[in-house]
Amino acid sequence: MTTLAPVPDQAVVEHRHVTVVSWKATIGFGIVTVLFALLLLLAPRAGNAAFRLATEGDLFTLPDLSVPGMATAWVCVAIMAGLVGVVAALSARGRKVPLWVPVLFAVVFLFGFLAWAAAGSDRDVPFVRLIGGSVLLAVPIVFGALGGVIGERAGVVNIAIEGQLLAGAFTAAVVGSITDSPWLGLLAAIVSGVLVAAVLALFAIKYRVNQVIVGVVLNVLVIGLTSFFYSQVLVPSAEQLNDTTRFDRIAIPVLSKIPVIGPALFNQTVVVYLMYVAVPAVWFALSRTRWGLRVRAVGEHPKAADTVGIKVERTRWRAVLIAGGVAGVGGAFYTVVSVSSFGKEMTAGAGFIALAAVIFGNWDPIRAALAALLFGFASNLEGALSIVGAPVPSQFMLMLPYVVTILAVAGLVGRSRAPAAAGQPYVKE
Amino acid sequence: MSGSTQQPTTPVVTDAGGDDAAKLPDTRDNRWGDAFQRVVSGGWAVSLGAVVLAVLAGSIMIAFTDEGVQEASSYFFARPGDTLAAIGQAVGGAYAALFRGAVYDFRADDFATGIRPLTQSLTYATPLIAAGLGVALAFRAGMFNIGGLGQMLAAAAGAGWVGFAFDLPPGVHLVVALVVGILAGALWAGIAGLLKATTGAHEVIVTIMLNYVAFYLLSYLLATPGLLQAPGSANPKTPRMKDTAVLPDLLGPRYALHLGFLLALVAVVVVWWLLNRSSAGFAFRAIGENPHAARVAGIHVPRTTVLAMVTSGALIGLAGSTQVLGLITTGFGSDIDAGIGFDAITVALLGGSNPVGVLFASLLFGAFKAGGSAMQASQRIPIEIVLVVQSLIVLFIAAPPLVRAVFRLPQPDRKRPPRRRPDAATTQDTATTQDTTTAVER
Repeated sequence: MTTLAPVPDQAVVEHRHVTVVSWKATIGFGIVTVLFALLLLLAPRAGNAAFRLATEGDLFTLPDLSVPGMATAWVCVAIMAGLVGVVAALSARGRKVPLWVPVLFAVVFLFGFLAWAAAGSDRDVPFVRLIGGSVLLAVPIVFGALGGVIGERAGVVNIAIEGQLLAGAFTAAVVGSITDSPWLGLLAAIVSGVLVAAVLALFAIKYRVNQVIVGVVLNVLVIGLTSFFYSQVLVPSAEQLNDTTRFDRIAIPVLSKIPVIGPALFNQTVVVYLMYVAVPAVWFALSRTRWGLRVRAVGEHPKAADTVGIKVERTRWRAVLIAGGVAGVGGAFYTVVSVSSFGKEMTAGAGFIALAAVIFGNWDPIRAALAALLFGFASNLEGALSIVGAPVPSQFMLMLPYVVTILAVAGLVGRSRAPAAAGQPYVKE
Repeated sequence: MSGSTQQPTTPVVTDAGGDDAAKLPDTRDNRWGDAFQRVVSGGWAVSLGAVVLAVLAGSIMIAFTDEGVQEASSYFFARPGDTLAAIGQAVGGAYAALFRGAVYDFRADDFATGIRPLTQSLTYATPLIAAGLGVALAFRAGMFNIGGLGQMLAAAAGAGWVGFAFDLPPGVHLVVALVVGILAGALWAGIAGLLKATTGAHEVIVTIMLNYVAFYLLSYLLATPGLLQAPGSANPKTPRMKDTAVLPDLLGPRYALHLGFLLALVAVVVVWWLLNRSSAGFAFRAIGENPHAARVAGIHVPRTTVLAMVTSGALIGLAGSTQVLGLITTGFGSDIDAGIGFDAITVALLGGSNPVGVLFASLLFGAFKAGGSAMQASQRIPIEIVLVVQSLIVLFIAAPPLVRAVFRLPQPDRKRPPRRRPDAATTQDTATTQDTTTAVER
């Protein structure tokens, strides 16, 4: 053996895999776990935390869940630490972290946080309302994020999601009020989302203006237009033009009776059910159809796509217009689902959170939708915490999605990679 | 502007000779340069055309929503003259009010009152100049700083805190407050710069997110007694600034114009010098034009990135500081930004990312702001029309081919304008496509 030393050595060189081991995910999860443990150490709270799980009309009534707050929180820390171990083990072998790990991590963290926050409070945590409210708050963000994903996968950065949501909300309010039909309002919102997207496409694809600039300016333009017409036209004749009929809640027969998730998820309006359909539909369209393959091709390598005969500009135009329509649905949520009238700048930055969800979700429709749900939950948590009198200032809860996004963009939470040609106009030779 | 700085861009230029070197991954950041080049090289005709188009669009919006016009248009076919007269009255009245509010109130009794709108415009322009310079500087370094809002808020918090919480001798107090405010803005932008330099996080996303973080952080500080909240008050508002920390009025107590305006003018000169005459500015522009060439030339790209972002944040910090120490000295809330952080972007784009251009763009937008308020007060036209006109101006300026097409101006972007061909006889019949093929064949 020793005499043949060089031979196996060469063989080893031949077969060596070069794997880039990234410890970023491990570090990110670890930091969150350590911070949570520190919070528990520095600010312990005595007493039990009660979760109200039952609502009227459930198939069977669950008892209220009452757990010792601190002990539960520490158990959650242990589970989180275990998950960090799993992530570390996977990273060490150069394997991808599967989707369930971060999802479970987030759920455990949030549950532990709630247990800590509600410990010793004499009020229950309204669990069902918390989840239902999160889903509702997440609706415009999910639709906006889906629009963002489609656009960016085709290589067009869409900063104008905020503008599309706002334009959708405005036209849904006006058309919905005039026709007295939420369906026509929804349709109008889609059309206006497409219109904003058409302006974006005209400048970004045809005139090759920097896409981020167009997006930023379009947001300002839509804010200006909707606010102007709101003050000038909608306010003087609010009854005719700004008073919509909202969609009714539809309870799905059996599903809505399931305890906890039933009333939260399956007693909602049509737009929410549309969201349940839209997320897998967009995923399927992007990753399993010919259209999706072409969209991804022009977003990753437009020159190669052009070489095999795909019309780059036409594909991008279509994708951007579809993305605008999807985002428009999210806009309709504000004026035909949430409330029944339009208000100045009522989207309040949801478009930018949607953009964050796109990046946090790694340009994948399902992950982006999950990220949007997480952001919806974080913004809804503020209400629940004020009910139980938690010691966390509401501003910090509201800040959470943005901090999480910064961490995600900085690469601390997993790896995020944009479509290679996102933001680049394609110039055919 | 960039005539003296061709050295770092030479590799790009030679590549671009083969037309589409932009496909190479390493020239990706160059698209910023291209876009701004396009904005800068738009030329006066395009700028003027863009303003005309935007004002026209604004006029249409005013005309359509005016009650008098709507009334007259109900019998348009009987007496079309009435509708036109009503349109003229609505639009003319609006722009007259805009002028009275922004430049000179010709209805005022004396000159001192009449000139007041002009000083108001300059006051509104002050933070726009400083913040616009910050955004423009980041542009020149190839970065897009959308974080003006967050940096303004950070600066306002810092400057305001020093302004009301400390007792210092006059003069020193003002300087310390200004410096702390500027440093706070610089620090806030520095986070984005540092993340970009170390992890490659895109500054657009990070600065947008930092806007929200700053907003909620300031909201928390303002709502918590003992931090920024005024003692004995339940409102989320700071106490009033101490007199020693307030920027003195330039033209006496009658006008709102304060020393901040001069500071902004000084900033214009400093930024011009920094960009065009200093080695730091050369490094900024070099990484903006081509970071790879800059690195080969010996420029430390990560460090320059952070430095450019910090400088940009410092300028926006100056804007935030002058707001709380000069204009709103009676205590501020979390709405202190008043849209300036985003207006700064449009100002920088309109000003072609060069200091003097930013100055004039800021004066224009300041006048729009002052005039818009007057228009809202006297003509009941919502001030948001100003937002529409401003964003349309920038949109049109960013797309010169569109403006040229509307006004039928020549398109200089064409590779081969037909005029350049000397032999007229052959070019008469040949289309432009054939034109290029013959050129290739030669």
